[in-house]
Amino acid sequence: EMFFPEEAHAAAPADFLQELPSYRSVLRRRAGPGGGHDPQGSLGARAGEARGPQPEGAELDARPLREHALSIAEKRRDYQQANIKYLSGWNQWKRTSSKSWRKVLKDIKESLSYLQLWRHDIHSIEGKFGTGIQSYFSFLRFLVLLNFLIFILMFGFVTFPTVISKYGIFNSSFAKISPKNTDSLCTVYTPSGNKGLVYFYTYLKDLLTGTGFLETTSLFYGYYAIDAAVLRDVRYNFPLAYLLTTFAYLALSLVWIIKRSASGFKRSLVHDEDQFQSYCNKVFAGWDFCITDLNAARLKHRSLQYELQTDLEEERIKRKIADRTMKEKLRIYSLRIFLNIIVLAVLLGCFYSIYKATAFSQEKSNVSIRCDLRTDSIKFQYLPSMVITLANFVAPQIFSILIRFEDYSPAFEIKLTLLRCVFVRLANIGVLLFSLWSQIHCDDDNCKACGYNYELYPCWESAVGQEMYKLLIFDFMIILAVTLFMDFPRMLLVTHCSWKLVQWCGLQEFGISDNVLEIIYGQTICWIGTFFSPLLPAIATIKYFIIFYVKKISLIHTRKPPGRPIRASSSNFFFLVVLLIGLVLAFIPLGISIAHIPSSKACGPFRNFNTSWAVVPHTILGFPTGLQMVLNGIASEAFAVPFFMVVCLIMFYFIALAGAHKRVVEQLREQLVMVRFDPLSFL
Amino acid sequence: AYKRFSELLPKEQRDNACSRRVPKSRILTLPELRANPFQHRICRVFSTSEEGDDSMSFEDFLDMLSVFSDSATPDIKSHYAFRIFDFDEDGTLSRKDLEKLVNCLTGQGEEVSLSNAEMEQLIQNILEESDIDKDGTINLSEFQHVVSRSPDFVRYRGLQQ
Repeated sequence: EMFFPEEAHAAAPADFLQELPSYRSVLRRRAGPGGGHDPQGSLGARAGEARGPQPEGAELDARPLREHALSIAEKRRDYQQANIKYLSGWNQWKRTSSKSWRKVLKDIKESLSYLQLWRHDIHSIEGKFGTGIQSYFSFLRFLVLLNFLIFILMFGFVTFPTVISKYGIFNSSFAKISPKNTDSLCTVYTPSGNKGLVYFYTYLKDLLTGTGFLETTSLFYGYYAIDAAVLRDVRYNFPLAYLLTTFAYLALSLVWIIKRSASGFKRSLVHDEDQFQSYCNKVFAGWDFCITDLNAARLKHRSLQYELQTDLEEERIKRKIADRTMKEKLRIYSLRIFLNIIVLAVLLGCFYSIYKATAFSQEKSNVSIRCDLRTDSIKFQYLPSMVITLANFVAPQIFSILIRFEDYSPAFEIKLTLLRCVFVRLANIGVLLFSLWSQIHCDDDNCKACGYNYELYPCWESAVGQEMYKLLIFDFMIILAVTLFMDFPRMLLVTHCSWKLVQWCGLQEFGISDNVLEIIYGQTICWIGTFFSPLLPAIATIKYFIIFYVKKISLIHTRKPPGRPIRASSSNFFFLVVLLIGLVLAFIPLGISIAHIPSSKACGPFRNFNTSWAVVPHTILGFPTGLQMVLNGIASEAFAVPFFMVVCLIMFYFIALAGAHKRVVEQLREQLVMVRFDPLSFL
Repeated sequence: AYKRFSELLPKEQRDNACSRRVPKSRILTLPELRANPFQHRICRVFSTSEEGDDSMSFEDFLDMLSVFSDSATPDIKSHYAFRIFDFDEDGTLSRKDLEKLVNCLTGQGEEVSLSNAEMEQLIQNILEESDIDKDGTINLSEFQHVVSRSPDFVRYRGLQQ
């Protein structure tokens, strides 16, 4: 019967198979004195025959007893047989102390895991709705933490020194910026914090638009007008700190995102190869043995089932795609090209409308400033935000309709739609900033004196900060409004009204890509806006915190479970990649504002410099000569080009190494298959 | 651990717990095993009872805890996992074993299990990935090889004390 061919092989395996621990344990059992003590398993059947070489008498001492896969009764026998020698007191003490130390570490790790924010909520969402939606919520959690850290950074290095030195706490004082020989026209800046009696709604309006009393607070760039803070003989170079903190928070975001995506990158690389082991991984290692609650077990069963079904579905679709004929392929490709042209047209339409809307809104507010009327209404102030939100809403709908005709696999569909929507949203912000910049900058005589339009924008950084603030607030309001006025009524309608049309519409599914893009869009605004408005990350943290609960409640009560199970592991990595794109795109306007556009002379810490970046060369000039030379050398081309070439060489080396490893793995695999048929050929 | 074991015994037998055997029904009331789909297999694998009633003595109990603890080596864990997954105890994981395994994972009940076609496809994929010598079953070496590549295996197999 089936046993004997197996045993014939086991009698003379190749040498390297002898190294396998499983084989060694088999040997041990065969040679064990009481074969009958292990009635279960096939190993018991072979235990009677003592075959193969018997070097294990010496091997038993080579590995600690606990690593042997034997029951306690057998181990005790081996223990007595092996006659363990007496351990000195010092070794005893070492062993017990290392054991207790390990226990302490384990307890600490366990208690730290309880501190993780929203752990229970996300776990229950995972069980009910699958890992795709769960990845959205853990992404949201990550953004809350990131924004909180950025806020701590900005607050600690920028806002806090300013506040304490302005109010003289801790015996500190500040050095006001001494006006240099600039045109006095440029330095006129009177933010009209509300003077005198005003209607109450003015405060509300100011809260929503960032003008009025908010403009003079520490929320915006204009407040930070000190040159240095002095605290008991320590001089804190404030402009430098402001600039370096900006770089620091960008670097922190970059590093953290890359670190988080590194593990997903490895998994996604391996996954893209050939579905390497994903099924085995899920089936053999899928059950979490720490589950003690029956409900949790039920959740885990369902999520496992979802995952398995997702994988099988994807595989079926891939096979279908591979089976296409030439004629079908041609048809599909031409259809795709046509649809992409439509997509491009839609994008251009969005950009143009945003540009026009921003220009119109700025004109309206400038007219009112010139006539000294503060009657620009909220709707004009919010016009760019509204147009952007409209574009962000309409374009993805069009894309999701179009993509159905393009016939991709579900995972790729999600990715492509996501990419397109990402591009729309981020490019919208870019167009907004571009149109703002074209307003601030001008070529005629108005601007010759200061380099920017000082009449209309005496403090242009605050103006940009205000636009970012408006975008953030409006985004937040839209999310709340959509949940309140679209999801809940729909749910109530579906549950209480039994018309056929309504039931056919049904509940909406949770659109992961839309929601992810919303938050990435918000995060990009936050990154760009933090330079112009240092307290913006705090607002973003609170916003995402509230959004978590809003989305969770909306998900549980108004959404149906996803019809088509979606895989999460690669989506997670993809979200982070898109976030990274947002971050890199945030570098561009920031870089231009810092390095290219002249900083405003009427407000802010960079009054005495041409551009915001100019503070760095100015500081370097104050360093000792040797250090200056080193820094100049690093920044020059003579260093940069060889450095770049060395980095390229290292990269090519690693790519070649990875390729070689892959080939070796393939060869070894083939060898393992061949061993079964012809074991002697390997001796 | 001794305390937990003696709690499982009825009151009158507690003083001599070291030599007693706890019946299977009591073992299954442990919180870790209660929700576990492999509870019956675990009891069977760790029990050294000669009557075959899957009762566990204190030593069996200790065995079970030590294999599931974090300090057990991956070799031991995979060895015992193989025995647990081997439903018909023939020393290899055949298609029937795999089918039962998947059904345990997705939970009992008609509406949650995979369809026949899906099950076939899944088992085919599993065998493709792990059956190195292509004999249609997974033996211990192949299982240990596959599991050693799996990052989740070592992480998830912990029973809490």
